[in-house]
Amino acid sequence: MLGWPWLPEWLGQPEWLGQPEWPERGGGPMAVIVLRRLGLLVVSLFVASLLVFALLRLLPGDAADVLAGTSASPDQVLRIRHEIGADRSLPAQYLHWIGGVLTGDFGVSALSGASVSAELSEKLRVTAPLVGGATLLALAVAVPLGILAAARHRRASGVALSALSQLGLAVPAFWIGLMLVTVFAVDWRLLPAGGFPADGWADPVAAVRALVLPAVTLAVVEAAVLLRFVRSATLEVLHADFIRTARSKGLTRGQALRRHGIRNAALPVVSMLGLEFATLLLGAVVVENVFALPGLGEMLVADIGNRDLVKVQGTVLLVTAAVLVVGFGVDLAHRLLDPRLRGAR
Amino acid sequence: MTGSVGALVRGVWGSRSGRLGAVLSGLVVVAAVVSLVWTPYDPSRVDPAASWAPVGTAHWFGADRLGRDLFSQVLVGARTTLVVAVAATAIAAAVGVGLALLATLPPRLVAEGVAHLVDVLLAFPVLLLAMVLAAVYGGSRWTAIVAIGVGAGIGLGRVTRGEVRRVLGADYVLAARAAGAGTGRIVRRHVLPNIAPTVWVQLSLILGLSVLTEAALSYLGFGTPPPTPSWGRMLSELQPYLTLRPLTLLWPGLAVVLTVLGFNLLGDGLREAGDPRLRERPAGGSDGAPRTAAAATTPASTTPAPPAPAPMAAVAPTAGSAPRTRLRWVRGEGRA
Repeated sequence: MLGWPWLPEWLGQPEWLGQPEWPERGGGPMAVIVLRRLGLLVVSLFVASLLVFALLRLLPGDAADVLAGTSASPDQVLRIRHEIGADRSLPAQYLHWIGGVLTGDFGVSALSGASVSAELSEKLRVTAPLVGGATLLALAVAVPLGILAAARHRRASGVALSALSQLGLAVPAFWIGLMLVTVFAVDWRLLPAGGFPADGWADPVAAVRALVLPAVTLAVVEAAVLLRFVRSATLEVLHADFIRTARSKGLTRGQALRRHGIRNAALPVVSMLGLEFATLLLGAVVVENVFALPGLGEMLVADIGNRDLVKVQGTVLLVTAAVLVVGFGVDLAHRLLDPRLRGAR
Repeated sequence: MTGSVGALVRGVWGSRSGRLGAVLSGLVVVAAVVSLVWTPYDPSRVDPAASWAPVGTAHWFGADRLGRDLFSQVLVGARTTLVVAVAATAIAAAVGVGLALLATLPPRLVAEGVAHLVDVLLAFPVLLLAMVLAAVYGGSRWTAIVAIGVGAGIGLGRVTRGEVRRVLGADYVLAARAAGAGTGRIVRRHVLPNIAPTVWVQLSLILGLSVLTEAALSYLGFGTPPPTPSWGRMLSELQPYLTLRPLTLLWPGLAVVLTVLGFNLLGDGLREAGDPRLRERPAGGSDGAPRTAAAATTPASTTPAPPAPAPMAAVAPTAGSAPRTRLRWVRGEGRA
């Protein structure tokens, strides 16, 4: 749930992940654990929504001032304020908003009057494939290379791979995007430099072509993080007793790694993917702006410029909630996959 | 204390990544300091005659459309970046260690509340926080510093909490408590020195993270406002001319990459210096060391071994500086 490039550095010790986060309060059957985690998720979502709401109430003035413009009389502002409900008490405003959110209604944009829910779901049609595609790409690159880097960690090729991922961690995503555009869109004219077909997914080929460079951009950074993590998880496993046992019964290093190692190294990597989800979403915010993709991030930046409070509030809550829910799902999956953790917490 | 600092510096310099990191970070600091007293040109001076001047002796990195010297802008950008990174990291250190202590020391109900809150806050991404703050107060250097500092501090708190808990559970803390030491004294004498190696490593990584986030924020227009040059804004200003002058985008980008790389490698070096078990590992990585390898035969270590459950008999006799010599046997015997 952290979403930091440096996360694998300290969480990178897989033993860290398996440890309960705070003092144990009894294990119990799986159903109880799931329910407890679910309760925690609900509380987390509630706190997050309170935070988002409170943070945006720090704004001097309110949506009514923006709507009315600078030339409006105080009377007009008051009337608009009443219309949009900004004159009610803060708890009343929060309840009104959160009640709507729970039924899928994120309110209406202060500027355009359009339904925020409709706009969010439209923008997700760009952002979700972008993030999903980048995740798959990153996995496809990082998992084999990470295992290779671990298996050859004493040789030049392994060291070179580590150095490469170290470099990948230091590169800003948007700069990679700009460089990719220079090469693939400007010099070689293979792919569009930005934008998205106006009719969306009506022309799937054009839509996918528009998403290739942004997805690769996101995937490069993500792959660097994952590679490092896969490498350290595999290295850890390589020194485990069960690998020594496998070797002693006659398996080669490669066989032992394939039959026993990878399965064990996969668990922390799954957890890591969940934690990295936030990074990916935020990376998407920046990358969408590089490539002028009409996604969530591009909308968010524009809305902040316009001070469209209701939309900013909805988008930020959606992103935060997505991160929390994915974290919950990954935690659960981890527990289901790893019998050693079933009793924990 | 000065002795252990000297040994830490020697340890960082002794590791390959640490040395490279120190050199790169040093370069950035030098660039920032030099920009205070000298730049080839005024970075914001518009000179139509020099519009898109090529790379050469007159303009080392060339000039942008308005004829502003890119090398001067990169130099001053180093200062902007360092100010944001260092200030944000200082805030992160205070917030992180504070939260870690708050999540462990108070009565269980309060501590667990703080711990849960930290976990929820972690889901609230820094970049979003910075953007929301920019929406509220207008984008500036300060909103970036506060957002990055608080956001990274929460992450740091999450890591440090585990470390603090491990230290508090150690036998030497029990011994200190039995000897009548109060909470304040235990925190000062035992907790802070023992979590320091972890925190230092984290802080150097947070430095790198701050540089990246600052670049992204000013690229999006939520960071340092013009006319102060910043690497991220340089990139967003040059982007429209990508097709015509792709080379100009290379310099600010490379500056960001080298700076972040420097801080990250410094973090690796710090970790290697602080963890004697990582000493003998081949170059290229410090993660995934065998947890039970008794590689602690190098006597140079003066930072305490991290409280990983390594066999203490192997670590204790060698890992200890003057202030910790007293604890050494307590720890070693206690675990045996």
